[in-house]
Amino acid sequence: MEKKKKRTILRSVILVVLVAAIVYTVYSSATKDKVEVLKEGAEAPNFELVDLNGETHRLSDYEGQGVFLNFWGTWCEPCKKEMPAMDRQYATYKDQGVHVLAVNIAQSDFEVQNFVDTYGLSFPVVIDKTKSVMTAYNINPLPTTMLISPEGKVEKIITGEMTEKQIASFMESIKPE
Amino acid sequence: MMEKIICVCKHENPVGTKICANCGRPLTEEEQNSKVLDMKYDGSAIRSKTYNKSIVDKIWNFFSSVKVGVSLIIITLVAASIGTIFPQEFYVSAGTELERELYYEKTYGSLGKLYYSLGLADIYSSWWFQVLVGMLGISIIVASLDRGLPLYKSLKNQRVKRHESFMKRQRVIAEGAITEGDSARTLDLIEDKMKNLKYKVRREGNALLAERGRFARSGPYINHVGLIIFLLGVMFRLLPGFYVDEAMWIREGETRAVPGMDGYFLENEKFILETYDNDPTESQKQQGVNVVAKNYQTNVKLYKQSEDAVAGQSDNLELVQDYSIRVNHPLQQEGYSFYQMDFRLNELKEMRFSLTNKETGESLGPVNIDLTNPQKEYVIDDQTKVALLGYYPDFSGFENGEPQTKTPTPNNPAFIFKMITPEKPDGEVSFVAIQQTIEPNGDNAYKMAFQGVETRNMSGLTVHKDRTIPILAIGGFIFLLGVAIGSYWSHRRVWVQQLDDGTIMLAAHTNKNWFTIKKDIDAVTEYAHLPKYVDQLDVEEQNEKEGDNTL
Repeated sequence: MEKKKKRTILRSVILVVLVAAIVYTVYSSATKDKVEVLKEGAEAPNFELVDLNGETHRLSDYEGQGVFLNFWGTWCEPCKKEMPAMDRQYATYKDQGVHVLAVNIAQSDFEVQNFVDTYGLSFPVVIDKTKSVMTAYNINPLPTTMLISPEGKVEKIITGEMTEKQIASFMESIKPE
Repeated sequence: MMEKIICVCKHENPVGTKICANCGRPLTEEEQNSKVLDMKYDGSAIRSKTYNKSIVDKIWNFFSSVKVGVSLIIITLVAASIGTIFPQEFYVSAGTELERELYYEKTYGSLGKLYYSLGLADIYSSWWFQVLVGMLGISIIVASLDRGLPLYKSLKNQRVKRHESFMKRQRVIAEGAITEGDSARTLDLIEDKMKNLKYKVRREGNALLAERGRFARSGPYINHVGLIIFLLGVMFRLLPGFYVDEAMWIREGETRAVPGMDGYFLENEKFILETYDNDPTESQKQQGVNVVAKNYQTNVKLYKQSEDAVAGQSDNLELVQDYSIRVNHPLQQEGYSFYQMDFRLNELKEMRFSLTNKETGESLGPVNIDLTNPQKEYVIDDQTKVALLGYYPDFSGFENGEPQTKTPTPNNPAFIFKMITPEKPDGEVSFVAIQQTIEPNGDNAYKMAFQGVETRNMSGLTVHKDRTIPILAIGGFIFLLGVAIGSYWSHRRVWVQQLDDGTIMLAAHTNKNWFTIKKDIDAVTEYAHLPKYVDQLDVEEQNEKEGDNTL
């Protein structure tokens, strides 16, 4: 009887290990091709970029504050639509510890400055000249917005256009206590 | 169900054993009635056949079954071959799902549409295909454990002396008195000759066992181990850090972060396309080919960030390698390879204008606009300058009077200029696109006359890393080793007993290649003057069924 028990346990262990290997394989290959390799809840990769005024912004400098990280381009239609709304909400939330950082994808200073002037944006706009931050955050469609909590975690990843109402509630959600 | 089968010799055998592990007496009725014993797995009990009680045992036995294993192989083969009917979507250069569906329908008709909608265009990534291969893996492991371990045990513990009923039921046997000489020396002579033939010889009283090539029995198990390692290697591709396969487009003069390779940047210095400058040959003309490419090359510099740098910090880069990537000559660094895959020629880089008086045609000076870095103002002299009010790299029309750009790539650049001249110090505004000029404030005195362009090329590179290749190579090697061992070596055994009256009883078994073992016995028979052996299977049958019992 003792031997039988041992055999059943051994067989169960072997089968469980093998089945786990299959499940892992199927699961990870199913989730592999998705855009978001960076997962919600993960640590937001630190980065450093320079804005149009020559000022350096480092993500870790904003620890303790919520960061509304928006990736955009001047050619992107929804970006143009949500930018003014973001600017309005920024005016409300900047005193409550929520920062907006708009990361342009490798365009020229002229185009970005022109855009900022046209829409009169007040939040800092940085340019990712080497697409390094874009690669680190695995950004594919524009616009993509990352909500980064005061603890430096990725709270939520939003791809596509946001309404002003959504923007407000997103900023609310990363407000420091 | 009984727990043990106790043989006449008092040895306890596990349930399911066909031939007693100790003396070799046949234990089942079937074996007792047969002329020649079934020596598969040396008559040891296949584990799964012995217990079938709990759910775990039932699952185990399912995977242990050879029938199930073969069925899995066939299903996998059929599925894999279905995937080759049309190209997989990986090879179809269509971006979105809709485009791909259209592509299959257009190219292969309604069958193609069905193929795509059933998911067969991405069959190897489908969950069910992976489950199939996984189940095959389980089957290989379980079946090998179930058969390999008992076989190993029974071969390891074999006794020299076997019972008469075992000996007589072997395929090749000899019985009788020696043909000449002293029978007291017969066993010594046999031992000598068998050792000479590279057999391992063990003796126990009046019995002798000569054995050669036992390792050949491990062949199938070794190749299964190889297969499992191979499958593991394929699985490891999904683990982070083992496998990277990324594409990057990089223009001349650009520096870009390398996708999948943290902390590295690549600068494209130049892309070179060289062609053979021969006159078109006959076959070239037939195929409508004017030029033949000789070389695709990208001259690059690979940089590394300093250790404590974070993403986006591209100052303080350290040059790691300066290399010319050509086809089949990738840049290699720390297990990563950069391959030349694609290119695009002649993208606009700079546009040259000259500020020209429309009436006189007189030029006040050139204005050259670097499209990668346009300036706010181009100063010609104190009173003459051109201000850039807007730049639209891929102009696609107006919306609410605003020019739009549909991509960031300068495919169709458009500008809004404000030309300040001594004649018109307040400036004249002009919208300039390719073959289109709009002067919103009426007729201007000056225009931006198009002079020419400068272009640059773009390289398409693949960044590749595969740490699983050594695993795959080892798996493949072990697999082939197992196949070779199982195919080219045979396990040969000869049992001999000398009875009290000096007569000899000999039996021989091999898992394949009976011709060779018979040759060996012939040699021994002649040397030790043994009685002639007989093959208990029909001579005709034997010629047909030569050596197929690998296990």
